[in-house]
Amino acid sequence: MIEANAVSLTFQTADGPVHALKDVDLSIGAGEFVSFIGPSGCGKTTFLRTIAALESPTGGALTVNGMSPDEARRARAYGYVFQAPGLYPWRTIAGNISLPLEIMGFGKADRAERVRRVLELVDLEGFGGKFPWQLSGGMQQRASIARALAFDADILLMDEPFGALDEIVRDRLNEALLELWRKTGKTIGFVTHSIPEAVYLSTRIVVMSPRPGRITRIIDSPLPAERPLDIRDTPEFIALAHEVREGLREGHGDDI
Amino acid sequence: MRNLLPILTVLLAIVAIWYVAAIGMNSTWARDQAARAETRLSAGDLVIQTLTLERPVLPAPHQVAAGLWEGIAGQKITSKRSLVWHGWITLSATLTGFAIGSLAGILLAVGIVHDRAMDQSVMPWAVASQTVPILAIAPMVIVVFASAGITGLLPKAVIAAWLSFFPVLVGMVKGLRTPDRMQLDLMRSWSASRPQMFWRLRLPSSLPYLFASLKVGIAAALVGTIVGELPAGASAGLGARLLSGSYYGQTVQIWAALFAAAALAAGLVIAVGRIEAVTLRRMGLAR
Ligand SMILES: Nc1ncnc2c1ncn2[C@@H]1O[C@H](COP(=O)(O)OP(=O)(O)OP(=O)(O)O)[C@@H](O)[C@H]1O
Ligand SMILES: [Mg+2]
Repeated sequence: MIEANAVSLTFQTADGPVHALKDVDLSIGAGEFVSFIGPSGCGKTTFLRTIAALESPTGGALTVNGMSPDEARRARAYGYVFQAPGLYPWRTIAGNISLPLEIMGFGKADRAERVRRVLELVDLEGFGGKFPWQLSGGMQQRASIARALAFDADILLMDEPFGALDEIVRDRLNEALLELWRKTGKTIGFVTHSIPEAVYLSTRIVVMSPRPGRITRIIDSPLPAERPLDIRDTPEFIALAHEVREGLREGHGDDI
Repeated sequence: MRNLLPILTVLLAIVAIWYVAAIGMNSTWARDQAARAETRLSAGDLVIQTLTLERPVLPAPHQVAAGLWEGIAGQKITSKRSLVWHGWITLSATLTGFAIGSLAGILLAVGIVHDRAMDQSVMPWAVASQTVPILAIAPMVIVVFASAGITGLLPKAVIAAWLSFFPVLVGMVKGLRTPDRMQLDLMRSWSASRPQMFWRLRLPSSLPYLFASLKVGIAAALVGTIVGELPAGASAGLGARLLSGSYYGQTVQIWAALFAAAALAAGLVIAVGRIEAVTLRRMGLAR
C-alpha cells in the first residue's frame, strides 16, 4: 500500500537546512492501522504530507498503491483529516461533505447518496442541514472525517485529528474510529501525541525522534482486533504503553 | 427603540448648537444693516433677523429644511431647480462609476492574488493613484473627455471609479488571501484546479471583506462624482448645485445640496449593507 524507502526531506530555511525526515523506511500494508508518535518536530506531519503529495521528498523513494504520491492523489487514493475540522462556514455539513465530490465531478444523485452514507458512518444522521457552528467540536471533527471518507479512498491519513478535543469526547471518537476502521477495512495513518491513544487504536506503532526526523522503533501490537475501552486496564495494554514510552525516551537521548 | 433616545439627544444638541452658531455668525451682518438703516435693534429683533436672512453666512436649520423641502417637493422633478433631478444625475454617474471601479478593483485583486508579477507591480501604482489629489485630476479628466466630444455622465463616472476601485482592491486582496494553509491543502488533497479553488474557496471567503470595502467604495464614488461636477461648465448634479450656490451666495441652496448629498451617501451605504446582510445570511455566514 505505502512503501517508503530511505525517504528524506530537507527544508531549506533562512537558518540553514532542516532535516525533517532522514532515511525513513516503512511499509504499510492494506488494512493496517499505523500510528505515528514522537516529540514535537520529529517529522510526523511531514511524513504524512509526503504520502499525500503535499510535500515532495528530497531523497529516497515513496510509493502509494504502487504509484507515485502525486498519481495516487489524482487517483483519489487517500482522504486527509487535519487537526482542525476546516469546514467551510458558508456550507452546511452536507454541503461540506459533498465539496470534494463536486470537485471530483460526482453526479448530483451520487453525491446525495454518498453524503447520506458517510453521515451514517460517523453517526451524524440528521445533521446534514446544519451549519458547522451549530455543531460541537467533536461533531465537527466527525463531519470532517466523513468528508474524507465520502469519495471512497482506501487510505485515511489523520494528523492529530482529536488533538484539540477533551478526553471524554476523544475516548468516544477513538471508539467510533476503531469501529469505522473495522467496518470499512481502510488503511489508516494516524498521528498522535498520546501514548494511550496510539496503543488503543493501532495495529502498529511507529515511534519517531527529531533532529533529524527518523523512525527509532516500530512496535507491533499484540492486542486483539476487538477492543472495548476497558482494554486499557489490561496488563497487555499497559506493557505495550510502557514499551512505547521506552521507545520515546531512547529516541530522545539525554534531552529529558 | 432603546437606541432612539441617545440618537435624538445628540440630534437635538447638534440643532441647538447650530442655532446658536447661526445667530452668532449672522449677527454682524444684521447689525450692519440696521446701522445703515439707522435703526436700533432689540435683542429679540436681532435673533429673528439673524435666523431669517435671505443670504445668511450660516443658514439656520429650519431654513435649510425649507430649502430641502422646496428643492425636493416644491418642483416638478424634471425641473432644473429640483434636487431630485440633480440627485438623479449624480446618482446615475455614481452608480456607473462604482460599477466600473469595483469591477476593476475585483479583477485587479484576482490578478494580484494569482500572479506574482502583478502582485509586485500593481499595488504601488494603485497606491500612487490615490495620492494624487482628486481635485487636480478631476478637471483634467473632464477636459480630456470634452475634447473628445464626451461630456455628461461618463467623465464623472471615470472620476468616481478612480476613487472607488482602491478600497475594493485592498479589501478584495485581503479577502482572497484569508483561506489558511490548511484550507488550501485540503483543496490540494482533492486535486482541485485553480478555478475550483477560486470559486469554491477564495471567493466565498472574501465576501465579508468585499462588502466592507464596497461600502467605503460607494461613498468614495459619490465624492468622486460630486468633485467631477464642480469644474465650471457642469450645470447638472448636486456638485453643480453646490457650485452655483456659492457663485450667487445662495448659502441655503449650498446647504440643501450638501444635505441631499449626505442623505444620498447614507442611502447608498445602507443599500449595500442590506445586500450584504441578505447575502451573508443566505450563505450562513451571519450568526
Ligand atoms: N514548510 C516547512 N518549512 C521549513 N521547515 C519545516 C516546514 N514544515 C516543517 N518544517 C520543520 O520540519 C520539522 C518537522 O516538522 P513536522 O511538522 O513534521 O513535525 P511534527 O512531528 O508534526 O511536530 P508536531 O508534533 O509539533 O506537529 C520541524 O523542525 C519543522 O520546523
Ligand atoms: Mg504535526
